[in-house]
Amino acid sequence: MDDRERVQTDEAKGPPEEDPRIAGQKHPVARMIAIGMVASVVGIAITLLIDWFPEPASKSASDIDTLYDVLLICSVPVFVLVMTIAIYSVVRFRAKPGDMGDGPPIHGNAKLEVFWVTVPFIMVTVLAIYGWYELDNIEAKQKNEMVVNVTGQQFTWTFEYPEEKVQAKELVLPVNRPIEFKIHSKDVIHSFWVPQFRLKSDAVPGLTTRIRLTPDREGDYEVVCAELCGLGHSTMRQFVHVVPASEFQTWLSDQKKAAGGGGGGGGGGGGGGAAAPNGGDLFASFGCGGCHTLAAAGATAKVGPDLGKLGDKATADFIRESIADPNADITKGYKPDIMPKDFGDRLDKEELDALVKYLLESQE
Amino acid sequence: MTFAQRLFAPGWYRAALGTALGFSLGMGIVVLVRSLYGWDPILDWDAIITVGALIAAPLGYLIGIGCFDYWFRWASGAPTIPEDHSGHGAYSWRDYFRVNTDHKVIGIQYICTTFFFFVAGGLMAMLMRAELAQPGTQFVDPNTFNGLFSVHASLMIFLFIIPVFAGIANYVIPLMIGAPDMAFPRLNALSYWMLPAAGVMMLCSYFAEGGAFATGWTAYAPLSTETPLGQQFFTVGVQFAGASSIATALNFLVTIITMRAPGMTFWRMPLLVWANFTTSLLVVIATPFIAGSQFFVLLDRTIGTKFFDPAAGGDVLMYQHVFWFYSHPAVYIMMLPGFGIISEVISTHARKPIFGYRMMAFSLVAIVILGFSVWAHHMFVSGMWSWLRVPMMITTMLIAVPTGIKIFSWLATLWRGVLELSTPMLFALGFITMFTLGGISGIMLAAIPVDIHTSDTYFVVAHIHYVLFGGSMFTIFAGIYYWYPKMTGRMYDERLGKLHFWMTFIGFNVTFGPMHWLGLEGMPRRVADYADKFAAWNLVSSIGAFFLGMAMLVFVYNFVSSWAGGPRAPGNPWRARTLEWQVSSPPPIFNFDEIPQVVGGPYEYGVPGSVHAVLNGDREKVPVGADGEGHAAAPATNGHGNGNGAHRE
Repeated sequence: MDDRERVQTDEAKGPPEEDPRIAGQKHPVARMIAIGMVASVVGIAITLLIDWFPEPASKSASDIDTLYDVLLICSVPVFVLVMTIAIYSVVRFRAKPGDMGDGPPIHGNAKLEVFWVTVPFIMVTVLAIYGWYELDNIEAKQKNEMVVNVTGQQFTWTFEYPEEKVQAKELVLPVNRPIEFKIHSKDVIHSFWVPQFRLKSDAVPGLTTRIRLTPDREGDYEVVCAELCGLGHSTMRQFVHVVPASEFQTWLSDQKKAAGGGGGGGGGGGGGGAAAPNGGDLFASFGCGGCHTLAAAGATAKVGPDLGKLGDKATADFIRESIADPNADITKGYKPDIMPKDFGDRLDKEELDALVKYLLESQE
Repeated sequence: MTFAQRLFAPGWYRAALGTALGFSLGMGIVVLVRSLYGWDPILDWDAIITVGALIAAPLGYLIGIGCFDYWFRWASGAPTIPEDHSGHGAYSWRDYFRVNTDHKVIGIQYICTTFFFFVAGGLMAMLMRAELAQPGTQFVDPNTFNGLFSVHASLMIFLFIIPVFAGIANYVIPLMIGAPDMAFPRLNALSYWMLPAAGVMMLCSYFAEGGAFATGWTAYAPLSTETPLGQQFFTVGVQFAGASSIATALNFLVTIITMRAPGMTFWRMPLLVWANFTTSLLVVIATPFIAGSQFFVLLDRTIGTKFFDPAAGGDVLMYQHVFWFYSHPAVYIMMLPGFGIISEVISTHARKPIFGYRMMAFSLVAIVILGFSVWAHHMFVSGMWSWLRVPMMITTMLIAVPTGIKIFSWLATLWRGVLELSTPMLFALGFITMFTLGGISGIMLAAIPVDIHTSDTYFVVAHIHYVLFGGSMFTIFAGIYYWYPKMTGRMYDERLGKLHFWMTFIGFNVTFGPMHWLGLEGMPRRVADYADKFAAWNLVSSIGAFFLGMAMLVFVYNFVSSWAGGPRAPGNPWRARTLEWQVSSPPPIFNFDEIPQVVGGPYEYGVPGSVHAVLNGDREKVPVGADGEGHAAAPATNGHGNGNGAHRE
């Protein structure tokens, strides 16, 4: 389509043999077309060879990559067309020193103008229809979907498997099983994104948003928050583990056992798995370093007080109170209402203990 | 003048006094209300800063500097000071620091002020790139980083690209249409003087408790209703920038509609005039929407409304719909004037009429109309009503058609021209090629399945910089170099100009090119830190950014030194046909001794005997009925011996 476009564009630009600057050449337009076609082919080859995406890990990913490749194949000739005419004009039609003349007074060419309205119109319409078709494909309901509830909050994700009544702080998915994510937010807007799946959706307070996908490659991939959600935004990362179905069942039953004692107890309970919670990991996964300095964790932010220098306030009770009710004691020079007030709910008792212990141990 | 006299005459002393009085008044209101209600504490500094420093003080400054003097006298029934034109023209550098009603002075005030904010925003970008050169935290903590990209974008959009175009148009449009000034010169001055207030406010947010506003220039609720006080510096700053923008746009509309010289029909207007006419339509219709969105945020923050609190029945997505209903058209507000500049530069430097003049004008109108039907393409992953996505994808892709018309028409104008590759032309050519890349990535983003992956990633950052830097910024440089001789009466240094172009072109691509790949590979935007696998290309991008910063030093040196001591510019160094080039450089205070008579199109290069307009005393020589499309028999004058003769300075 684009090559045809180039042919007609150039032919219609007036009979070239009238112009002495291109009269010496036998077929200047044909030559440009040849150069343009070679450049387009080379350009397409190069752009297709570049590894643009991370490894695809969902069924939709390869469809999206194909759409992107098609867009590249359509785009390269357009860019080459613009470059070829621009460079050719600069080389061929550059004013000779002292040339004060004007170019020929060509005011337009109705046929040509109709042509370059029609061709791009058809091109983008076809691409839009293709995009629509792929969109429907990606979002089509699958048989045997497993629902996973995803909840974003500053600055962490939690996951719930409602059919299994399991809550977890990590996302584990069985390979080749269609999943429907229902995405929520507890505070501000976040965006749930796994680059290897190629899919994302905002987590919006007051709404449930959805993504459908089927993971088709085992591995560990990052869950990235893609919508600016505050100070700890860049630390809001977790992992999704895509595992064989049998391993997934084992993990589920481990989760149920761990939560079983609590009988579906309060807060974010249930998660954590078999191992005892680690204060350092909690400090990282709850995004504490987004605002606080703590030498032991390599955190250097200065929004809130330095947690490594609590001095005579470094008691377990004080730290516990400050996490649960940040406004109870405001360090001089800092302001109330900046730190989220729900960490007390989001951390279960074991985690809170672990975090308090970690902070006590990290005093300088 | 005694000190007391100075304090009561319009100017900086009175502005300082007005600012102080405004702040005191605002503080007084807050203290009075709080004490009447018995609220504790009576001195609530958040409220005092909002009412006193952000709202009352800037109004006090505007009154003090003298923007309202004439209207106050008139409204109170006092005799107004007769317009003796003392407010026109600039005789020393001090005159640029006063309220002045001359569109040429205001144009230069706009350009210099906006470039100040451009440098400030650019330095912030370089600090960000320094932080992002390596993974981990080196220079700034995440809160400061979030502040840097938010203030960077806000300054570049609201205090640079939008108003610098208003500045260039302020200088050029009245000249181009043969008018002595804008339709409302005092409103024009007020529009300008609101800008520094907005810019200073955004810069000062760094001093607010909790740091600068850190929610991006998009300020999505409910994050923006929860963050510290700095956010309000944005919320209110946008109101001043927006009011300035709307007032200027109204002024352009009225000026273009009512003040065209005799014979300057719409189809004889230069395309820059068309571009600013259509841009002004966009501004007048769209800008109230961002003002509204920020007022909602301000009210949620200050007086307890719940527009964006879902727990109280608020709607979070409403913010995004209202915001983007302005902010997508804003992309065209930042692009159409540039399209106009490129048409002027290309036609003049290729010595050919613009190819398809009417289609160029129609495509601008088409962009205005389509531009209002694409806003939700920013919200494909936002969770909005899902049926809305496909229509918005189609309109977004369709808007490539009028944009393509412009690109192809410029290329056809180049074809068989006589190309003069001076600095403005280099920037114009750089624009055509780089903006094409920005358009291509725009089509990719419009395809919803690709957008689901790329939205909120560095791919978007790359796209917007190819459109706003490779697009708007290149046209701004083309325009500044093109009209530099007219504005300053001096020629810039051509070698430094070319050096500046090539450094900018290379630095730009090195900085923003790799971001396409980073985004597709999985790097989200607006992050203070990133995974190690992105380190190499981030370092390349940072090196490019510092190179780009050096290119700007070349520009600033050229700009300043040429203004001080460059060779005198002739009236028409480019041998252009439009009216602003037919008067001296810089033009006389009232532009034209006598209003010109327009007799033909603006770009009739190569048409034997053609003439665009007749100036000063030649009117009787205009042949009767000489208003055919620029093929009028010309009076026998000879301007520059350029072979076609027929226009004069």
